[in-house]
Amino acid sequence: MEWIQQLVNGISIGSIYALIALGYTMVYGIIKLINFAHGDVFMLGAFIGFYAIARWEMNVFLALVLAMILCAVIGVIIERIAYKRLRNATRIAALITAIGVSLLIEYTVIFFRGASPEAYPNVFSKTNFEIFGVQISTLSIFILSISIFLMILLQFIVHKTKIGKAMRAVSHDADAAKLMGINVDNTISATFAIGSALAGAAGVIFGIYYTRIDPLMGMLPGIKAFIAAVLGGIGIIPGAMVGGLLLGVVETIVSALGYSLWRDAAAFVILILILIIRPAGIFGKNTREKV
Amino acid sequence: MTKHNKMKKYGSLFIATAMLTGALAGCGTDDSSSTSSGGSGNSASGDVIKIGANLELSGAVASYGSSINDGAKLAIEEINAAGGIDGKKIEYIPVDNKSETAEATSAAIRLAEQEKVVAMLAPATSGNSVATVQIANQHKVPIVTASGTAPNVTVNEDGSVNEYAFRTCFIDPFQGTVAANFASNELQAKNVAIFADNASDYAKGLAASFKETIEANGGTVVAEEAYVAKDVDFKSTLTNIKGKNPDFIFIPGYYEEVGLIVKQARELGITVPLMGADGWDSPTLVDLAGGDALNNTFITNHYSSEDPDTKIQDFVAAFKDKYNQAPNAFHALGYDSVYFIVDAIKRVDGDITGEAIQKQLAATKDLSLITGTFTVDENHNPVKSATVLEFVDGKQQFNSKVNP
Repeated sequence: MEWIQQLVNGISIGSIYALIALGYTMVYGIIKLINFAHGDVFMLGAFIGFYAIARWEMNVFLALVLAMILCAVIGVIIERIAYKRLRNATRIAALITAIGVSLLIEYTVIFFRGASPEAYPNVFSKTNFEIFGVQISTLSIFILSISIFLMILLQFIVHKTKIGKAMRAVSHDADAAKLMGINVDNTISATFAIGSALAGAAGVIFGIYYTRIDPLMGMLPGIKAFIAAVLGGIGIIPGAMVGGLLLGVVETIVSALGYSLWRDAAAFVILILILIIRPAGIFGKNTREKV
Repeated sequence: MTKHNKMKKYGSLFIATAMLTGALAGCGTDDSSSTSSGGSGNSASGDVIKIGANLELSGAVASYGSSINDGAKLAIEEINAAGGIDGKKIEYIPVDNKSETAEATSAAIRLAEQEKVVAMLAPATSGNSVATVQIANQHKVPIVTASGTAPNVTVNEDGSVNEYAFRTCFIDPFQGTVAANFASNELQAKNVAIFADNASDYAKGLAASFKETIEANGGTVVAEEAYVAKDVDFKSTLTNIKGKNPDFIFIPGYYEEVGLIVKQARELGITVPLMGADGWDSPTLVDLAGGDALNNTFITNHYSSEDPDTKIQDFVAAFKDKYNQAPNAFHALGYDSVYFIVDAIKRVDGDITGEAIQKQLAATKDLSLITGTFTVDENHNPVKSATVLEFVDGKQQFNSKVNP
């Protein structure tokens, strides 16, 4: 029974990693930018959700939607101000800028509200139910269903809508897409908007589930989501989802075996191993570089 | 050992820098600024006595530092309103160390060298306090930590006492022992689990003394697990602990993680009593865990605002007047630390210097304060009683008092 409980624990945290990883992987898939500021958009989402619920007394779903909308706007602003003019610069310049943006967001938030943590209000009555001795809270079910719903929605957007088609085209070849009359700038903005909205949603969900939020909370989940994206195959949407869930479960197993202090180390070992053994990730195809 | 070598290295580096600046300053100007490294420490001049405070006013453990600051400010106001010390007013200079050791060191240097304080409150956590000990010894400015409970704040690993370091709280091993005795005697716990913060000396010290005492009492430690500060997910380890069926869990750590641990433990259906120490004492703990989850949990602490003692009730009333809330243990300890220093200053004959204050602090005997009546022992620790508190619907309730 303990193992089933551990699996439930792992899936709960894994679905949060997966949600953040989805945004990561989308942005990478389209403009090949590792957006290190993504974890901080996640943090902003958590704070927007917190103020919406605790201070403005909003309903949870409204707060979630508000956080997603505001994060989408923030994502687009970040892209327009910081990344757009670097589109033809070297990859390393864009990467360093992303780290700069990340620090800027973190310390701007600390400047305005201090670094002390905030506790999310209790929005769900604590109803636990037990199946064969396994404790499952309605909260984890809620989180998992929100995550799955957003993943399906994302798949739908990418594969069934016009903007999704444009995204896939830009991802395939931005220059050719431009020749075909696709507005590349708008498509990239839309990608940032959707990715950041997902990060914002993950932030609110994280806050509800773990209660504690603080301005530096985005760092570690941001890196974990990056690992999840690489694990599943960076740029591939189902890969990010599987990678996130897998990472959550692996971390839980490491803790369950009594090595709780090694949990974060295990995540990085996975990153190193995957980069050595299968750099394209679980779902990736090994493609040769065009010469 | 390496920590000490490092400390020594930093210390000598610091001396070297100080000498260099001293030499440079000596070139053109008179030598008034370099007296701080030698002599008898800073001294009070004119009609003010400067007392500094090196506290966590922002950052990870800001709740402790700000509480101590509030308590200290109340004490200073009271003393100044009553005419100060022999007609001299106290000037209180708080500096924010951002909950970081490096910042704590530089704040101590600033207070000792620029502000020329005669004594200072040391940071709230043991780690940050240890980072300032060297500065205190070098400048001969006594420091008093209100809540740094690790033994190594006042005593080095080789057993030598840090002359200028004092505290008004009791030390970690004492709290672990009290918790273990409470578990075996009051709660009849037999099979206990320990879930400790592996990133803090504070928690490790408590866990070690708890384990020693519980085993001496005939109990068994069925699980010993660890976490590191900043973790948010404890469910997998808690599931492990639950599988071992303990009847009591000891969780030494700080409120930021403990709040989440208590919440997640109850979500997993762990209903046994949980216990911690003064690191749990913060209103944020109740916000994080929720009042329901905190039922059937206990902490050892320095004092309780529910204690019927009149001296304590007067303090509680004065505090409520000023801040509109009931004082917690950190408020009380900050308040006591100021009175501890002031009591020593009052006993100084002649010039009020850091060195003279240090001698009087070490000689403190039967001083009656809010957190107990205490005498400073040869290791600069106060000998006083501990209080056990129980959480009932998110409120701390006085349970019992335990003597050393």
